[in-house]
Amino acid sequence: MSASEAMPVPAARPVPSRLPGAGPWMTLGLLLALMVLASLAVGSMTVPPSAILGSLWEVLGLGEASHQLDARQRAVLLTLRLPRVLMGVMVGGVLAATGAALQALFRNPLVEPGLLGTSSGAALGAVLAIVVDVTLAAHVGPLRMLVVPAAAFVGALGATLLALRLGTGGGRTDTPRVLLAGVAVSAGAFAGMGLLTHSATDAQLRSITFWSLGSLGGASWETVGAAALPLAVTLGVLLSEARALNLMLLGEREAWHLGVDVERLKRKLILAAALGVGAAVAFCGMIGFVGLLVPALLRIALGPDHRRLLAASALSGASLLLASDLLARTLAAPSELPVGALTSVLGVPAFIALLARKGAA
Amino acid sequence: MSLEARGIEVWRGRGRVAGPLSLEVLPGEVLAVVGPNGAGKSSLLAALSGELRCKSGDVFLEGRALHQWPYLERAQRLGVLPQESSLGFGFTALEVALLGRSPHARRGGDASDLDIARAALDATDTQHLASRAYTTLSGGERQRVQLARVLAQLWTPPEHGHRYLLLDEPTASLDLSHQHLVLERARAFAKDGGAVLTVLHDLNLAARYADRIAVLDQGRCVETGTPSGVLTPGLIASTFGLQVEVVARPDLPGPLVIPLGRAPAPP
Repeated sequence: MSASEAMPVPAARPVPSRLPGAGPWMTLGLLLALMVLASLAVGSMTVPPSAILGSLWEVLGLGEASHQLDARQRAVLLTLRLPRVLMGVMVGGVLAATGAALQALFRNPLVEPGLLGTSSGAALGAVLAIVVDVTLAAHVGPLRMLVVPAAAFVGALGATLLALRLGTGGGRTDTPRVLLAGVAVSAGAFAGMGLLTHSATDAQLRSITFWSLGSLGGASWETVGAAALPLAVTLGVLLSEARALNLMLLGEREAWHLGVDVERLKRKLILAAALGVGAAVAFCGMIGFVGLLVPALLRIALGPDHRRLLAASALSGASLLLASDLLARTLAAPSELPVGALTSVLGVPAFIALLARKGAA
Repeated sequence: MSLEARGIEVWRGRGRVAGPLSLEVLPGEVLAVVGPNGAGKSSLLAALSGELRCKSGDVFLEGRALHQWPYLERAQRLGVLPQESSLGFGFTALEVALLGRSPHARRGGDASDLDIARAALDATDTQHLASRAYTTLSGGERQRVQLARVLAQLWTPPEHGHRYLLLDEPTASLDLSHQHLVLERARAFAKDGGAVLTVLHDLNLAARYADRIAVLDQGRCVETGTPSGVLTPGLIASTFGLQVEVVARPDLPGPLVIPLGRAPAPP
């Protein structure tokens, strides 16, 4: 009896349905809805979730609700919690989706926006604005609250463009070289921050800490409005290139042979990432780990297809950031912990577990 | 109607790695490119596929300079199987084959694309791996799945013109039986109206499956012709430094090359 008779080829069985099914979307959507509701309800003043759902019911014109919000609850929700939650959803979503896209672009699951110099460039811009604030503020007057975000944004774009420029030679963007350049640009930005910190006052140091550890505490309707456009553009660009990102996983040559304009795609995605991460850092400071952890976990759960991974990352990144912010606000109330530290607190154990599992597999 | 290199020179850094040379592959034929290590075979393939721009001369796909083709239209006609691919993300084999359909896919893909991807896996004897993660496959299995991806890419002829398949040592990591399977597929592709150019190390595989053989040495094309015309003991000794006996086998499409040992170094 030959080997082929002893081991008949199994009939082609259907591939496990990883094509878009309702399952993951329901789960991730419900999780996000739950985190939104919890973030709105919990805080120094508890707002009953039933009343929140009730007023949503009324806003949607579905009839009178039995549970009503009183005036104070309404004020807290509308002026404080709602913009904060919206900011968290947008920033968490964009950070995670950007991480997923950059990991595909660089074909390396350990890449995150920080590696391109984007976040450290943004932080350097912010710190610079904070330290020279005194002289600047006299001239800008009412626009003062946008000075720091604007500086952060310029820093993010500047650092990323510098890394991209250093990584491009002879008309080709060499991805390992871009990463190396990003590391160097980051190191430079951190050195600059160190020097600036040295000459900062105590009050300025507190603001600088805010930037380097991140917080959603500064969210207001104005900042939500200012951040919405760049964040939405970034997400839109990333989602529109999901197919091309799948091909990039095969390799740059292979993607090119399958009709992808690889050079254009690289520049487009790196600039989109700089735009989104720049806006995120500008308004919320450096929030680490969301862009690294969320796509890595989802890739294991859902597979590497970006037509699912990007949107799923956005949903989960939003949930993770809201959960971290909820803990940041409540663990040491009335004072507030830096949210960037909490994403890492939640993220590091999960990441170590992931690495251990990968090592065993 | 062909894929043609006209007087090309390929440079990497400061060294010329191939050329000047001219070579043409026509629809309906399998052209094998053979030559010793460093003869410029892979560089020639890189130039023909558009990966490397030529320093002089140019590559023409159906009469039009290769780099002037719109990306998708080129990808619908010209497919390339690299020597090795490093895909470190866990797509299933079927998903990898399906990626080959991208140049044809309308939004959201198509049920027929899935059928084609499955047929391409069948053609490379990898249908039983369809739901396995690519990262868990052996080297030879990966190579066959990658071939399935390229076959899926070129499965349907374009509305106008022909299909061109470039293979860089497609048999390198395969067992003997699968080496023949892959080249049978290449032959079937040519019979179906496609053009195949394949880099091969095994002269017997080239003799068995190619319509024409081009011999490269030190970047130049030193001989082109039918297997029995090209594979002579003299040429093999002078280009490969190998003493061989060439045996005609009327029952096979080409002669058999029996290596006897390294040829004495030329004076």
